[in-house]
Amino acid sequence: MTNCPNLSAPEPVFSEPWHAQVFAVTVALNEAGRLDWPDWASMFSRTLKQHGLERELDGGDDYFNAWLETLENLLADQGTAASDEISNLQSAWEEAYLTTPHGQPVHLRQSG
Amino acid sequence: MPHDDHDHPHALLPPEPALRVKALETILTRKGLIDPEALDEIIDTYQSKIGPQNGARVVAKAWLDPDFKRALIEDATPVVADLGFYGRQGEHIVVVENTPKQHNMVVCTLCSCYPWPLLGIPPGWYKSDAYRARAVREPRKVLAEFGVTLSAETAVRVWDSTAEIRYLVLPLRPSGTEGLDEDALAALVTRDSMIGTGLPKVPA
Repeated sequence: MTNCPNLSAPEPVFSEPWHAQVFAVTVALNEAGRLDWPDWASMFSRTLKQHGLERELDGGDDYFNAWLETLENLLADQGTAASDEISNLQSAWEEAYLTTPHGQPVHLRQSG
Repeated sequence: MPHDDHDHPHALLPPEPALRVKALETILTRKGLIDPEALDEIIDTYQSKIGPQNGARVVAKAWLDPDFKRALIEDATPVVADLGFYGRQGEHIVVVENTPKQHNMVVCTLCSCYPWPLLGIPPGWYKSDAYRARAVREPRKVLAEFGVTLSAETAVRVWDSTAEIRYLVLPLRPSGTEGLDEDALAALVTRDSMIGTGLPKVPA
C-alpha cells in the first residue's frame, strides 16, 4: 500500500487566510446587494488580463492579488472606500501589529 | 533551553495584501455594510460545507435515476436547488453529459467562474493562465497531462463558463459499478471528473 499515492489528500480551499477573507468580503457585499456578480466578474477578468500581460499567472497568490485590486478599485469607484482611507487604515493595522506584544490579540486603536 | 523572547517582540506582521484586506474589512464594517460574523460564516461554509461532495451526490443520483438525470440535463438549476445546492450569485447551472462520443471539459477563459454550490472553490490550476488559455486551444494535450487519454472516436467539447452560466460535467458511470448504492457511487466521483479533466474512480 505504501506505493499507492494518496490522491485523496484534501487540498486546502484557501492557501492563505487573507485569500479567504477577501473572498468572504466580496461574497458578503454581493449578498448585501452592494455588488452585482456579472459586473464583478467582468471587472475581475479585466484585472486578470492586465496582470497576465506581464507574466503568466499561477492561479494562487497572484490570483487573489488581482481579486483584491479589483475589489479596491470597485469600492473606490462606488465611493464606498477611498484609496487614501484604505491606506490610512492599512498603516493603522500595521502599527497595531508592530506594537502589540507577541501572543496578544491585535486590535486597532479607536482613533485608527 | 532558555527561551529568547526577543525573537518575537511583537505580533507577527501579516503580508501586505492581508493588511489591505483588513483595512477594507474595517471600513466596510464601520459603515455597516458587512458583518464580521457573516464573513466567518461564509468562510466556514466554503471550507467545510460546500465542496465536490455536493456535485458527487448529484452525479450518483443521476447515474441511478433516469428521471432525475433527464430533469437535470433539461434544467439543472431547480433540480440541484431541491437538494439544497443554491447558487449564491444567482447563476444558472448547466449539466453536460459525457457519452462515448463526446467528452466535456469546463473552463472559464474570462476569470474563474465555477459551479461553487456543487464543487466549492476552484483549485489553483483552474484559475491559472495556463489552464484558462490552453483548455480551449489544445484540450486533448491538457487532458493527457491530467492523465486522461480518450479514444480517437471521442470528441472533446470545451464549455466556457461565465458569471451567469456554470457548467458541471456528468461523467460516464464506470463499468463494474452495477449494484452499488448512491453513497458508494458518490465516493467514485472526483472533483476533476466533474470539471472534465479527470474520470471517476473505478471500484477497487
